Amino acid sequence: MEGMTFIVKTTTKLLIGIIFLFGIYITFYGHLTPGGGFAGGIMLACGMILMTLAFGKRMSLGKLSDFYASLLDNLGAFTFWTIAMLGYIGGYFFMNFIEKSNPFGLLSSGTILTINIAIGVKVFASVFAVFMALTIFGRFVSGLISEDED
Amino acid sequence: MLFLFYTLLIFCIIGSIIAIEARNILASVISAGVVGMALSILFLFLGAPDIAITQVVVEIIVLIVLIRSTVSLDNTAITKHRDTFAILSSLIFFGLFLVFAFMAFQGLPTFGEPIMSVGRQYLENSVNQTGASNVVMGILMDYRAYDTLGEATVIFTAILGAFVVLRAKGKKKKEESDKIRVGIPEKEDLPMSLDQIETSSDSTS
Amino acid sequence: MLIYFLNSILFVMGLYCLIAKKHLVKKIIGMVIMEYAINLFIILLGYKKGGIPPILLPGMEKSQFVQQSVDPLPQVLVLTSIVIGLSVMALMVAISLRLYEKYKTFDMSEIRRLHG
Repeated sequence: MEGMTFIVKTTTKLLIGIIFLFGIYITFYGHLTPGGGFAGGIMLACGMILMTLAFGKRMSLGKLSDFYASLLDNLGAFTFWTIAMLGYIGGYFFMNFIEKSNPFGLLSSGTILTINIAIGVKVFASVFAVFMALTIFGRFVSGLISEDED
Repeated sequence: MLFLFYTLLIFCIIGSIIAIEARNILASVISAGVVGMALSILFLFLGAPDIAITQVVVEIIVLIVLIRSTVSLDNTAITKHRDTFAILSSLIFFGLFLVFAFMAFQGLPTFGEPIMSVGRQYLENSVNQTGASNVVMGILMDYRAYDTLGEATVIFTAILGAFVVLRAKGKKKKEESDKIRVGIPEKEDLPMSLDQIETSSDSTS
Repeated sequence: MLIYFLNSILFVMGLYCLIAKKHLVKKIIGMVIMEYAINLFIILLGYKKGGIPPILLPGMEKSQFVQQSVDPLPQVLVLTSIVIGLSVMALMVAISLRLYEKYKTFDMSEIRRLHG
């Protein structure tokens, strides 16, 4: 049987949605509460890693394959750079060009929210990809452990 | 409050001693995790909740990666041939380092009273100028966004390096020989007559 | 002053582990402990006695917030440094896995070709 025991699988099924929700919350509300793109992205990656450990690599690679993970990584970095370049509309690199409003609302801070989302996607994809590369593809390289065992 | 800081720091030092000197490598990795968790509580009491959250999550990832990728491969401890000369000389050097560090710390501002010449400006203006009520995120994503861009580049490069180092096989197959020869061509490859050169040049063009 | 000294002891622990130990995983742990010590030192420099986190909550006086808050600038620098430390650790683990594949051991003294 691939993955861990029945208890771990059931607990993971119950917890995985809450972990993802919390990661997304931390990413989106980074400019109002503690957190931000880095912590939220790593939390989302933690959810994927929990899925990998509990259900085996086939399940999590079916959800998000390594090709799409590296694609998401590049997309996050490219979005960040694009937001920085769009600052030239107002005059200079990294200008906060979106209109700001009341300081305690979700859409109050202009480009900070978008940059947080871009950083979150980038960190999520890259941490997940490097975990898969270190634990699973590394085993293929060394050939010490057979491919079926997980 | 100060007592709490001292207790947690001494706890960190004891955890790091166990992490360094433990024979079992799994115990050593877990002790390093304990040090990181205590450090995150310390960050929380020092008034840095952003750092505390990030530190907890990063610590979990470090622990999982170290155990899953290296310790589960090989758990044998190294007991033979301690290099006494290296240990002694490094201990002497570290004693000297601590003495000079203690002398240098006299010049720092006393603990609890920072010089906030730049930080005060940020605290006064950040909420109005960026609209973010979390001042740390306001600085990180607006005033010092160049810093974040460079940091994203560093992550990208490090992950790329890990992928390149771990790649199992090259993209080109082994049987496929190189098309372009370097050096003196062999006799069969040289053109025999003028017609052959013309035809070959025609076919390429 | 004493708290800076304890912090530098933590730094020296990591450096000792990096130099004197021969196991590759222990060297990585030493590097991680050194990073922790440096991050903590930068945060300690920005602490204000009785300080509150640099987050403005609704209903808080602006002048009082500026008076009481800790320095936000060291926290910004450390926040990037932690994530960079994570990716550097991943790179170190990748290189040590490669070394394990070639020499079948994590012991530095058995990896002959690295001897100068």
